Amino acid sequence: MNGGRPKETNILKVIDMKVSAERCHHCGACVGSCPQNAIFMNDFVLEFGDACNRCKRCIRLCPAGAISEEG
Amino acid sequence: MRTLNCDVVVVGAGPAGSMTAKWAALGGADVIMIEKRPEIGSPIRCGEGISRSWLERVGVEVDPKWLARSVKGAKIVSPSGEHYVTLDESKAGNEVGFVVDRVFFDKALARDAAEAGAKIMLKTAATSLIMEDGKIVGVNAVSHGEPLEIRAGCVVGADGFESQVGRWAGIDTSLKTTDIITCYQYRLTNIDYDPDFTEFRLGSVAPGGYAWIFPKDENTANVGLGVSLTKLKKPGEVKEYLDRWIASDSRFKNAQPLEAVAGAVSVCPPLDSVTMDNLLLVGDAARMIDPITGGGIANGCYAGMYAGKVLAKAVKSNDFSQQVLQEYEDDWRDKLENTLWRDWMAKEKLISLPDETLDKLTEAVSKVTLERITVGTLLAAVRETYPELVKEFEDLI
Ligand SMILES: Cc1cc2nc3c(=O)[nH]c(=O)nc-3n(C[C@H](O)[C@H](O)[C@H](O)COP(=O)(O)OP(=O)(O)OC[C@H]3O[C@@H](n4cnc5c(N)ncnc54)[C@H](O)[C@@H]3O)c2cc1C
Ligand code: SF4
Ligand code: SF4
Repeated sequence: MNGGRPKETNILKVIDMKVSAERCHHCGACVGSCPQNAIFMNDFVLEFGDACNRCKRCIRLCPAGAISEEG
Repeated sequence: MRTLNCDVVVVGAGPAGSMTAKWAALGGADVIMIEKRPEIGSPIRCGEGISRSWLERVGVEVDPKWLARSVKGAKIVSPSGEHYVTLDESKAGNEVGFVVDRVFFDKALARDAAEAGAKIMLKTAATSLIMEDGKIVGVNAVSHGEPLEIRAGCVVGADGFESQVGRWAGIDTSLKTTDIITCYQYRLTNIDYDPDFTEFRLGSVAPGGYAWIFPKDENTANVGLGVSLTKLKKPGEVKEYLDRWIASDSRFKNAQPLEAVAGAVSVCPPLDSVTMDNLLLVGDAARMIDPITGGGIANGCYAGMYAGKVLAKAVKSNDFSQQVLQEYEDDWRDKLENTLWRDWMAKEKLISLPDETLDKLTEAVSKVTLERITVGTLLAAVRETYPELVKEFEDLI
């Protein structure tokens, strides 16, 4: 039980994973598919938490091609 | 911090959440339903196709405000386009399809919940569970940017595909790669097509899923497709599949988009448990989408109604323990579990078939006289013609 969203709630701070605001449809597909439950979406803001193990599932899955790795 | 108290807090105001809120409130529960978006039903993440038959059973009256189109039948088209199974009104009876407008449909269900006495809060996102001595006693939320504590006897996770409430509570709703379908859809206008039939197209146009046309009016339809995550190789590829299909089909030659929709559906077997002390899940959050059709509105409404009725009873004894919520677990399983298993197994099989086999299969099924077109009657037709394809789950058909 991890009880809630990523504790690191610094809005727009993205750890390793990067979302393109121009491409994102805010559909939640990445949120529900992340095996680590590391993504939280509040309305139009996506947050990636520390639980992310960089499996890259969300990158391949995102219908809009909006997620990539930082750097 | 502001604190609110209620009997039941419902997280998510989709069809499953509104149904739960309505039936719980009708039974006398004090219900708060929270929705993180600023508008219920919008933006749409749905093809909006449903069958007519179940609406009455969940107490929803057909309303012209949300009914976009009533179609005459359905058409399933083989990968080559040469073979198809059609079913028209004369045989389809109550199974004939409706195409709804979710922006209005979801609001109508929320209005029913409000009329029953439920309170609704928009721009309010649940961010975690409130735990005291190991017990779930509500949710922490952010409401219009301000922190808010909502204390409740029972938390209902109706948060859709995102399904976070369940995972926060320790219910494993995580999905295997093979059980995720990624979707893209346009509402296309200026198309030249048959607006009286929903269309489902199989095969490599949408690997592991299918492509659909759901009519909205004479020259406008929801045109989309879903591809299995296992078949996707690069980011954004599902949209490329859709763009390619649209470019290749002459019906869409002059088409223009009115709306673009992204999303995902789960196509997994039913979960082991969606209830625990002081918490339950309904709808997509409980992974109740049908693994063959990808449809989840009807199942979400059934689950919401069953959950709401059980919650109404639980309020009377102020006991929201798992034992009490088990009645909901029994009700939804009784209604949905076998079908979900059957359709998951059928999906596992279908996903493995090459275009040529799907063509032969469609041809064979097209020759069988079907009384109604449902996943059940189609699988029965497959059993008649290609028994080896369904032998592993014959007893479920
Ligand atoms: C492209 C696509 C096409 C589809 N086509 C069809 C179809 O033709 N027919 C069909 O029957 N089904 C279809 N589906 C599935 C259907 O959309 C869902 O099954 C249905 O919406 C499920 O209803 P629900 O109430 O469980 O969840 P949803 O309708 O997803 O509602 C969940 C709500 O919870 C809110 N929420 C999430 N997290 C929080 C939080 N932390 N706090 C507050 N609120 C939160 C969300 O904003 C959302 O409003 C389709 C899905 C997709 C992606
Ligand atoms: S899956 Fe892609 S489009 Fe959908 S919310 Fe995630 S990043 Fe945005
Ligand atoms: S990379 Fe994997 S773990 Fe990290 S956010 Fe994406 S899906 Fe989740």
